[in-house]
Amino acid sequence: MRYLPLTDADRQQMLGVIGAKSIDDLYRDVPKGALLKDLIDLPRVQSEIDVHRHMQRLAEKNTPAGRTAFFLGAGAYRHHVPASVDHLIQRSEFLTAYTPYQPEIAQGTLQALYEFQSQVAMLLDMEVANASMYDGSTACAEAAMMAARVTKRKKIVFSGGVHPHYIDTARTACEALGLEIVALPAAVDDEAAVTKALGADVAAVIVQSPNVFGTISDLTGIGEAARGAGALMVATFTECVSFGLIEPAGAYGADIVCGEGQSIGNALNFGGPYVGLFATKEKYIRQMPGRVAGETVDADGQRGFVLTLSTREQHIRREKATSNICTNSGLCQLAWTIHMTLLGEQGLKRLAQLNHEKAVALAEALAKVKGVEVLTKRFFNEIAIRVPGNAREINATLATQGVIGGVAMSRLAPKAGMDDVLIACATEMNADADIAVYADALKKVIA
Amino acid sequence: MSTRYTKDHEWVKLDGDVATIGISQYAADQLGDVVYAETPAAGATFEKGADMAVVESAKAASDVYAPIAGTVVEANGALATQPDLINQSPEGDGWFVKIKVANKADIDGLMDEAAYADYVKGL
Amino acid sequence: MKSETTSGNRGLLQAEPLIFESGHATGTGVDLPAPKGGKGKLGGLERKAALDLPGFSEPETMRHFVRLSQKNYAIDLGLFPLGSCTMKHNPRLNERVARFEGFADLHPLQPASTIQGALELMDELAHWLCTLTGMPAVALSPKAGAHGEMCGMLAIKAALEARGEGDKRKRVLVPSSAHGTNPATAVAAGFIVDEIKGDNDGRVDLADVTAKLGPDVAAIMMTNPNTCGLFERDIKAIADAVHEAGGYFYCDGANYNAIVGKVRPGDLGVDAMHINLHKTFSTPHGGGGPGAGPTVLSAALAPFAPVPHIVKRPPPHAGEVLSEAKGRGTSAPATPPSVARDARDTSPAGGGGYELREHTDGTQAFGRMCAFHGQMGMFTRALTYMMSHGSDGLRQVAEDAVLNANYLLARLKPHFSAPFGDGPCMHEALLDDSSIKPKGVETIDMAKALLDEGYHPFTTYFPLVVHGAMLIEPTETEPKRELDRFADVMISLASRVNAGDVEFFKQAPKLAPMRRLDETRAARQPRLRWRRGQNDTGEKVAAE
Repeated sequence: MRYLPLTDADRQQMLGVIGAKSIDDLYRDVPKGALLKDLIDLPRVQSEIDVHRHMQRLAEKNTPAGRTAFFLGAGAYRHHVPASVDHLIQRSEFLTAYTPYQPEIAQGTLQALYEFQSQVAMLLDMEVANASMYDGSTACAEAAMMAARVTKRKKIVFSGGVHPHYIDTARTACEALGLEIVALPAAVDDEAAVTKALGADVAAVIVQSPNVFGTISDLTGIGEAARGAGALMVATFTECVSFGLIEPAGAYGADIVCGEGQSIGNALNFGGPYVGLFATKEKYIRQMPGRVAGETVDADGQRGFVLTLSTREQHIRREKATSNICTNSGLCQLAWTIHMTLLGEQGLKRLAQLNHEKAVALAEALAKVKGVEVLTKRFFNEIAIRVPGNAREINATLATQGVIGGVAMSRLAPKAGMDDVLIACATEMNADADIAVYADALKKVIA
Repeated sequence: MSTRYTKDHEWVKLDGDVATIGISQYAADQLGDVVYAETPAAGATFEKGADMAVVESAKAASDVYAPIAGTVVEANGALATQPDLINQSPEGDGWFVKIKVANKADIDGLMDEAAYADYVKGL
Repeated sequence: MKSETTSGNRGLLQAEPLIFESGHATGTGVDLPAPKGGKGKLGGLERKAALDLPGFSEPETMRHFVRLSQKNYAIDLGLFPLGSCTMKHNPRLNERVARFEGFADLHPLQPASTIQGALELMDELAHWLCTLTGMPAVALSPKAGAHGEMCGMLAIKAALEARGEGDKRKRVLVPSSAHGTNPATAVAAGFIVDEIKGDNDGRVDLADVTAKLGPDVAAIMMTNPNTCGLFERDIKAIADAVHEAGGYFYCDGANYNAIVGKVRPGDLGVDAMHINLHKTFSTPHGGGGPGAGPTVLSAALAPFAPVPHIVKRPPPHAGEVLSEAKGRGTSAPATPPSVARDARDTSPAGGGGYELREHTDGTQAFGRMCAFHGQMGMFTRALTYMMSHGSDGLRQVAEDAVLNANYLLARLKPHFSAPFGDGPCMHEALLDDSSIKPKGVETIDMAKALLDEGYHPFTTYFPLVVHGAMLIEPTETEPKRELDRFADVMISLASRVNAGDVEFFKQAPKLAPMRRLDETRAARQPRLRWRRGQNDTGEKVAAE
């Protein structure tokens, strides 16, 4: 078998050295009856040819986004990833390396991590960032739990603009810890509603900008109100490209900024793997979950990098750890760093500008369709539209016409009372012609 | 009043109503280079044996338990910028907190210097 | 190593500053069409905060990261004997398949009709995982092992609550040898941890387990084979005792590589077990992730599996269109979650199809673990690997992994202290420092000496139950000659210890890209990011 280097002669020789008669001799501690005699009923070994064919058939049963007029975002975004990114992350020394616990032979991973942390902090205008979380939704959950630790309070208030998956994910993790989650009713443009829920028991208010409806907001007032009530302001996001054009939450005084980094360096991949970005203030670093790389020197005085502040983590602190996270998103984080390095400030600004222009064009085209109302007034690349009918059904019909028009809010939150709201997104990957195709198709479906 | 020690390697020095608390030389040696110490705020009260503080080295984090019950009067502010005081002078300048003792009799149950030295030898 | 050259380079090893030190904010390596300009809809919320992000052309970017890559050890370079990490070869067919347009360019929220192949693949993976482990159901969404542990513990919590015992049963038994994620997860799930002792034979003490069981016990969390690399002989007795006391059995599946195809956790009484696809099933470690931690579940826990569930619909009646609106979970009959399948469904998918049940209404699911559906990129890789090996290949994987570890144990134990070396180990061999410490050499010194010999060292100081642990897991993808070379090196280092050459070990490494790094300084004065004006030049920093 192509992945198994031992030969039968090797195996015999090794058993001899060990002093065992057969391999099952080494399994002598397995309880009687539990050691299987027969092969498990699954297909046998297959060549690359056969496996490739089988997987190819499965892939062909899917319609790739690029083969449609594609306008779907809502937490994952279709962007151009330069060819060299994927090439670099497949280098053996990155792909098949491990967590850099032995820093002397892992400076490649560690320096790239330090660069990532710096780039994230700069993008989000925050003091420090960690080495990544699984994704935006779990980063949001971790932020809620961190706020509870910092303030020693138990209530978390979510605005009506946070992505429903993020709220559900945070609820699962937080309620297990005995924290209380309050989720305000879904609202296209009311992040500030959280301030009304502030009180002595609130650890954090969690808002999103751009929010799930695409709305961007000035969070300054919310930050001030939270601080006045002794709570933290957590600002989450799903589209990190937006910060090439709009003010990041750090500029509004957020205590924790966290969200999804997938847009940079990472393909859609049907939902994973992605990369969670997490940034906070220096005074909170010991409460920050996840790994973090830091600068130091070696025995010869050369500058180098190591994983640090590890005593907060599970492998040392065990039941008193800040989080149970171990493996995070290494290679996705590296892809993010490489892509961001290729972009630089100029490239990122231009990319963001293009995204916004496409979304503005999309909004204009859809506003012209009779019966359609664009609900989002200030946006980056995502908008919510009200359609005359059931958004989910209209969206399904659009799909039969080769148009992926977005996602119905009722799919994300069936009880939000927004059955006629569709969330659509445009990126630099949308041709202008696609926008016309969408508008035409929508007009026909509604008629 | 002489210094008393706990099995968890905290030391206590009573002066009137107020006890100064820290970790022993042995504990500091075991930890290695201390990188950080987290002390409670003034006014915090602790039962005997409760989690009171945390001390971290690069490779380990240890809990410091309240050897006797009381209320924190003062925490050692110097530790924030000079955690290495705990290595240099764990039973002197590297103290953690001063507490107002709830019940002075609690001290009597703790080991004196000689008993603690014997105890450490046996570890 | 001190720099002997003007450039700071050392032959092929290139000195490489931070991107912030060599780049500038006006460079870029991506050509994009010029924006048209025109009225925006930002509502005055344009970015004012400085970005200051450097950008490089493509050739500069390639150089930067290629130079960095050369400072990394990797499985593709040599043996990576990290115990409990299963550093096996990462097949490149996996990488090719994961990048098929039909998998990589798929958005998780696309209409069901456009993603049937993806859902079928997840269902197929589920079938492999369930059949291999002998468990009826699997939750695919956990993003890594620790996340899978959380999934299993939350399923247990939900099951207890459904029985009306949620408030009564809060205690979770965890061995002292457990990986740190176990107690961390138990606490994160709202339980309290009660440590159980190991016996003198490196296994969980059955008597201690029995003594600590009671009506307030929610579960036991065990690893099997355990973190000392040994099969827990009493596992069935322990499972039975826990079940009889009304608790559940969580199994940490990190060491599944030793028994895949040979033993089914379902036969041992396991209620939930996470599987590390990035360990047993060859998806790459990538410098620290991404992983995937699908969690198999017993019949008792299956109803509580988190959403989303993959539901297979029977073929509709003639003329009926399977629309998204009709397929929603709220109107569907309550079927067991996804990927709860007993036998391979051989009915054709044509006409019928797969759907996602994304909300908990009408189910007993405990909630959602993360946005969307899980680590699809790791599912494609893992299924490719499983199909490549097949059931016969996977059994051989376990046998060769165990054989390789025992071979190393046999070659090393005359020269080192193997605390449980009297019997066979499973896929990893455990040494402690009692043969080297008296001579003044610590486990960490042995590890650093190995760096100069061209190896990533074994896992150090884990498990905590022996002193100065050295945990060695070669995996099945090592040829015999590599094992022999490693054993020869270890034996020569042991001789050096016996010869009293302590300074040699304390000065190691000397040949690696860096000497030993000052971790105390990194923790005392945390510098976690670059800042303009702070050590911009990357010049040699004076040691403290």
